Amino acid sequence: MKHDFSKLQEIFDKYPKTPQSLISVLQDIHKEYRYLPCHALEETARVLDVPLSKVFSVSTFYNAFSLTPRGERVIRVCTGTTCHIRGANQILHQLEELLNIKAGETTEDLKFTIEVVACVGACSMAPVVIVNDEFRGGVKVSDAKRLTK
Amino acid sequence: MMIKTAQQLEKLRKECIAETDKYPKKVMVCCGPGCLANGAQKVSDEFKKQLKKKRIKGFSVEAMKETGCHGFCEMGPLVVIEPDQTFYTKVKIGDVEEIIEESIRKENVIERLLYTDPNTDKKIEKYSDIDFYAKQERIALRNIGHMNQCDIREYIALDGYKALAKSLTKMKPDDVIEEVKKSGLRGRGGAGFPTGRKWAQCAKIDDWPHYVICNGDEGDPGAFMDRAIMEGDPHSVIEGMIIAAYAVGAHEGYVYVREEYPLAVVNIQKAIDQAREYGLLGANILKSGFDFDIKVSRGGGAFVCGESSALMKSVAGEVGEPRAKYIRSVVKGLFDKPTVLNNVESFANVPVIISKGGKWFAGIGTPKSTGTKAFSLVGKVRNGGLIEVPMGTTLREIIYDIGGGILDNRPFKAVQTGGPSGGCLPDSKLDLEVDFDTLTEAGSMMGSGGMIVMDDHTCVVDVAKYFLSFLVDESCGKCVPCREGLYQLHALAVAISEGRATEEDLDKMEQLSEMIVIGSLCGLGKSGPNPFLSTIRYFREEYLAHIRDKKCPAGVCRELIRYDIMADKCDGCMACLSVCAQHAITGKKGELHIINQDKCDKCGACYAVCTRDAIEIT
Ligand SMILES: Cc1cc2nc3c(=O)[nH]c(=O)nc-3n(C[C@H](O)[C@H](O)[C@H](O)COP(=O)(O)O)c2cc1C
Ligand code: FES
Repeated sequence: MKHDFSKLQEIFDKYPKTPQSLISVLQDIHKEYRYLPCHALEETARVLDVPLSKVFSVSTFYNAFSLTPRGERVIRVCTGTTCHIRGANQILHQLEELLNIKAGETTEDLKFTIEVVACVGACSMAPVVIVNDEFRGGVKVSDAKRLTK
Repeated sequence: MMIKTAQQLEKLRKECIAETDKYPKKVMVCCGPGCLANGAQKVSDEFKKQLKKKRIKGFSVEAMKETGCHGFCEMGPLVVIEPDQTFYTKVKIGDVEEIIEESIRKENVIERLLYTDPNTDKKIEKYSDIDFYAKQERIALRNIGHMNQCDIREYIALDGYKALAKSLTKMKPDDVIEEVKKSGLRGRGGAGFPTGRKWAQCAKIDDWPHYVICNGDEGDPGAFMDRAIMEGDPHSVIEGMIIAAYAVGAHEGYVYVREEYPLAVVNIQKAIDQAREYGLLGANILKSGFDFDIKVSRGGGAFVCGESSALMKSVAGEVGEPRAKYIRSVVKGLFDKPTVLNNVESFANVPVIISKGGKWFAGIGTPKSTGTKAFSLVGKVRNGGLIEVPMGTTLREIIYDIGGGILDNRPFKAVQTGGPSGGCLPDSKLDLEVDFDTLTEAGSMMGSGGMIVMDDHTCVVDVAKYFLSFLVDESCGKCVPCREGLYQLHALAVAISEGRATEEDLDKMEQLSEMIVIGSLCGLGKSGPNPFLSTIRYFREEYLAHIRDKKCPAGVCRELIRYDIMADKCDGCMACLSVCAQHAITGKKGELHIINQDKCDKCGACYAVCTRDAIEIT
């Protein structure tokens, strides 16, 4: 994939160039490119003066980071406890069947990504699905089709 | 606007009160997480749009507020008209004009939007008359729902930063610690460690600098109290942190917020900026010679980072792996310096304790667990939401009086507290008075305050399996007992849920649990077997049904159930057929549908969509 990496410098300039800024920098990169491109990790290692292995270790430790490109529409199904007992798995299953990918994967045309998240703090509205940052509460199995259109 | 002295703060307070009292009527649109998920933002935008166009005597768009979580999430979006406390539920865009014309311009109440008491079928006008609110006592959540989400002037009008001024100008650091000790406040993050003692230990260590950290990671699935506080009233947390920093001599603090809570990140940052602008953070606060500032650190979505030593690693930009417990954070915490780390709700209680006195706080709750506790009451409960009750309130009062009982009048089965470290308690424990010690004795845990109610459609084996799978995912992998032990425990739970296990496997699981509890490095592993241990303690019969009879009585475990369509109830509406991803259902419109058992993968989608209760699980 081709990216415009000129944004990286802006991100680096926002933080002190110390190892302590690593997570914040990665979060901003992730926000910009919707994943962590390999080149960006190398640059981060160089600029913050952290070994690349450590950058890799941090990027794989935290759930918020993805090392593969994510789709235009990221559908995050909450599988927290409340959503779980209120049927989140059925919704997840339905989405996986409709898009023919598993949770954590992206469709080949880079249109959709399905992710799971353990509780987003809207449990009273369970089951909850978040489509690119927009919360939807009380989602039903039959809503899955609309979410993938 | 810089406040330089306590007197200036009092003067400003008068101005702020005058500002909030300018309009006699106020409209509060709840923009808490629950209401937002139901479309509250659109309702709020509609209010703004219409109010800007309309001219109403004694009212203006300024008197409309977007508040934090009002609590009664199940009924959202909520709109409250103060000071009458008129309480409108499930408000839609289409209702906005009517509310403005009838209840704001005039004094009429719109019956249709009021809450109906399910027991008496009567409409209730004021929220304070609704059982859900009547039985609560709000300290940590005192301001939420009564002011704009994060507005320092409104916070000051509600006595905000008064406790800070009192601490800095009238009390010595030791007096502050003494007051917090007297209050008996115990940490609200789960473990219940006495807050005053923690501060005292840190204050006396002669190794500088000291740090103060607020734990806003709130990783327990099913809990959202800290989110509500950080979004709805971030200043109370910041005030608590400044007071703590003054007490222990810290000049730098961090708020660690989960990144799954984007609005909390924004609001905390906004509140910090406001406090700085007003001179309540920064150098020489209120001319006391005391300097303090706060930075926000965003978490990366790892549950283990809620653990204090892992959190500190994460703040330092590293992988969040915990370390052994005997190294204490008050001695060697962030950057190996003495650190006080407290939970969001713990900090939110501090200003009230300083203002009203430790003795006052200690008079609420039970002798060993003082004060109140916020809970997120969710799951299969009728009136779920955010609540705060005095410690010592029974589970029955919480679930039945406040929560209104079980959804759809189904039988109660269990209540889960303490998240993945806690456990499930059965109905024989409903009269338990909720505090730190009783819950632990009963095999569960207070945790951070998630309270998930389960009915007879919830399978305890499935719940145990669910938590174990969560913990296997979230275990950082540093120590073997947790990494491998939980993995095996989960594998055995899966075997039970699939009908492949023997009774000996249960013994194995119990032994394994004991080993994990003893051998794990941090609280994640140490309490990891709890969901299994508590369910096997109270629901052994249900485990045996899976093992001996190969049946899941709750109808949840896929391998042990089948779905059938009942001929006498099916009207051939085709709803089930159209959601079945396996194409396992056949039938024509208006005719009986049939499930092909060979194709069915038991996903339950048909059961979920059937409106005629025609699908049976056996
Ligand atoms: C695995 C694990 C996760 C935790 N998650 C949280 C959390 O999300 N929020 C929190 O305040 N405390 C959490 N804790 C407890 C903290 O380690 C710590 O005890 C607490 O934040 C101290 O604050 P308090 O004394 O005010 O409760 C967690 C502990 C463990 C072992
Ligand atoms: S469990 Fe899904 S929002 Fe909390």
